[in-house]
Amino acid sequence: MKVFGWRVPMMFSLVVWLVVWEIIGQAGWMFLIPPFTDVLRASFELLGSESFHKSAGVTLSAFASGMGIAIAAGIPLGVLMGRVDAVDRLLGMWVNVFVSAPLTALVPIIMILFGFGQTTIIVTVMLFAIWIIVLDTRAGIRSVNPSLIDMARAFCASRFQLYTRVLILAALPEILAGIRLGLIRGVKGVVIGQLLVAIIGLGELFELYSRNFLMDKFWAVTILLFAFAIAASSLIEMLERRVEYYAGARG
Amino acid sequence: MSDQVAQAAQSAGSDPIVRVTGISKRYEGGVQALEGVDLDFPEGRLTSLLGPSGCGKTTLLKIIAGLLEPNAGEVQVAGRRVTGPGPERAFVFQDFALLPWATVTRNVAFGLELQGISKAERREKARHYIREVGLTGFEDRYPHELSGGMRQRVGLARAMAVDADVLLMDEPFSAVDEQTRRKFQEDLLHLLSVEKKTVIFVTHSIEEAVYLSSQVVLLSRRPGRVSKIIPTDLGGLESPDAIRRSKRYLDTVEDIWGMLKQYLLEDEIK
Amino acid sequence: MSIALVCGAWEIAGRVPISLAFPSFFDTAAAFWRMTLDGSLPIAFLITLHPLVIGIGISIVFGVGLGVTMGLSRGFEWLAAPVFIVMQAAPMAALIPLITFVYGIGLTAKVLAVCLLAVPVVVLNSYAAVRNANPSLVQMCRSFQGTRLQQIMKVIIPDASPVIFAGLRLGVAAGFIGIVLAELLITPTGIGDLITYHRAVANYAEMYASIVSIVVFSAVIVSLLEKVEVVLLRPEKRIKGTPE
Ligand SMILES: Nc1ncnc2c1ncn2[C@@H]1O[C@H](COP(=O)(O)OP(=O)(O)OP(=O)(O)O)[C@@H](O)[C@H]1O
Ligand SMILES: [Mg+2]
Repeated sequence: MKVFGWRVPMMFSLVVWLVVWEIIGQAGWMFLIPPFTDVLRASFELLGSESFHKSAGVTLSAFASGMGIAIAAGIPLGVLMGRVDAVDRLLGMWVNVFVSAPLTALVPIIMILFGFGQTTIIVTVMLFAIWIIVLDTRAGIRSVNPSLIDMARAFCASRFQLYTRVLILAALPEILAGIRLGLIRGVKGVVIGQLLVAIIGLGELFELYSRNFLMDKFWAVTILLFAFAIAASSLIEMLERRVEYYAGARG
Repeated sequence: MSDQVAQAAQSAGSDPIVRVTGISKRYEGGVQALEGVDLDFPEGRLTSLLGPSGCGKTTLLKIIAGLLEPNAGEVQVAGRRVTGPGPERAFVFQDFALLPWATVTRNVAFGLELQGISKAERREKARHYIREVGLTGFEDRYPHELSGGMRQRVGLARAMAVDADVLLMDEPFSAVDEQTRRKFQEDLLHLLSVEKKTVIFVTHSIEEAVYLSSQVVLLSRRPGRVSKIIPTDLGGLESPDAIRRSKRYLDTVEDIWGMLKQYLLEDEIK
Repeated sequence: MSIALVCGAWEIAGRVPISLAFPSFFDTAAAFWRMTLDGSLPIAFLITLHPLVIGIGISIVFGVGLGVTMGLSRGFEWLAAPVFIVMQAAPMAALIPLITFVYGIGLTAKVLAVCLLAVPVVVLNSYAAVRNANPSLVQMCRSFQGTRLQQIMKVIIPDASPVIFAGLRLGVAAGFIGIVLAELLITPTGIGDLITYHRAVANYAEMYASIVSIVVFSAVIVSLLEKVEVVLLRPEKRIKGTPE
């Protein structure tokens, strides 16, 4: 997009939308939409408040543990499926089902099995994030140039060296893409988990603010959450860009 | 057949370092790629494998490298039976097989890295061979920044760096253009005159095979068998141009073409 | 084979038992039969599918239209693409409580929940598909003096259709997530009602049967769409598997 010969970056249009938001809010057409400046003010208040720190901390720790497990278990599983046909045949179908299934429906089961606490949220995050990581890792391992594997073997690589020096690195672009998508799903998982459990973390705040019609605060939590999700995924995207030149070498 | 082998070995004038006896290979899909292949590769010489497409040249080379198991027969290198890849053999790949995330230096030193050799020593050796193949100044570049010819030089330097006695090359020049290829052939011959290596070289080009090697092994159509061993020593002639214009060179190329044409004609009739 | 193995593992785990709230596979299957025969499950499915079908219909019409427009017009792309990129990456589920405010707890709210999750993925796929349509095909069309409309209708859209269709498939998957979420969060109806009810009265086998049936149902629909995609739009994938 060019205005008066200047290239305006695409993300800049979000500012236009925020201005529209502000105008609607100021006009007071809808009770649901407070002016954006109010939301911004509420966000800053929230960032300084004790209760937000507490629930954000709880949320973040659940998210981090869930993601940690998903990554730590997902990558080895994906590598295994990429290398061993028997494992692939056994698990391939299930991973494909779970990657697009409405996992939300499983949250009630998780709730009765693990109680209404932090564990449930961690399991939910893991359940949401792990499948895409497995799937992408598997795809990455499968797309490793076979002559790269022959090369490592011809130069007497041990099995361990083959995995750590060649396979994992060669599959890194796909693995990172999987982690980024897993991260996005994990954030959704933490939100859905907390909304359904409704008594811990940000879920509690959502519940509180929406019951009491504190719209600016409700939006503030939402905006902060969105910002976190997008910041986390762009961080991985930056890493991905650093390994981008692999793709050309695959051709 | 076996006295043909002996003859060829004799004409090359040295003992075989690689000895292939009774090799057969059948792939899982039921394709019989090789059947009863006996071959000797004399030490310090370059032997070319030539044959119609799909006759099992790559298969044979991979079996010698220890990357594939034969169904029957065995390969001996320097008197020891091959059971897997070993440090006395190094492979140069048709598609280079460079690590895209590693610099030229690290790629060249990859074989040494796997052997657990210290970083300083790796650097030193890599630098030496990078100079040998004429890539000085590109030590810190990545493969995607190099041309096809330069990438293959990296592949060659990597194979030289592990100091193997036997170099196995599978159509190493087929992915580079004709000019680069000629330059490369000169460089390879030069390199081999400096470093004493035995080379087993797969190619589709009759000219290349005759020009580079001391003997050309002609394989028959699938299932691959040794159909003829042609000694081609053109030693004595100094300049490349003299070789390419010599009668002996031209006659040998013509002979081999005549034999290979036979296979093509048979294919057409079928 | 792998289905049998997993079901077997489930049966064993249920027999042990891991937890009181973990019925065995056969108990669950029996509950599934009971609920199918007494009609409660089929009725619940119909109730659930109603807003889902409407929502997905709206998402497809609206999403493909918007996505294609974005792919064709630079100005529109600049204005709209970032919004959908944000919506795709952000946890939109957080907004579902808000929907409840505006539209109450009826059909509209549920349809909206479905749209909220399905539209971004449909839009972004259609947009990317059109935007990345093979430029040399477009140039070929121009060299034969095709008009802009012909370019769009005869080259760009057909070239983009496999990816657009893949987007629809992902949209349907997202719609299932949306409807389940809506039924669990807004008001329990349909399958959501079955889940909530049987959990409350501790009929765990019935609860598991409802959950498994909706998950399996969505998986079947999505893989069916994938098959359709291969048959209709991806000739190159069909050829694969036949000998060279
Ligand atoms: N992994 C494999 N599985 C099954 N069959 C194979 C495999 N690799 C090769 N083949 C078959 O074995 C035969 C010999 O293959 P090979 O690659 O050794 O031939 P080649 O002489 O190197 O051919 P080219 O000159 O085309 O490189 C071919 O018919 C091929 O189709
Ligand atoms: Mg070959």
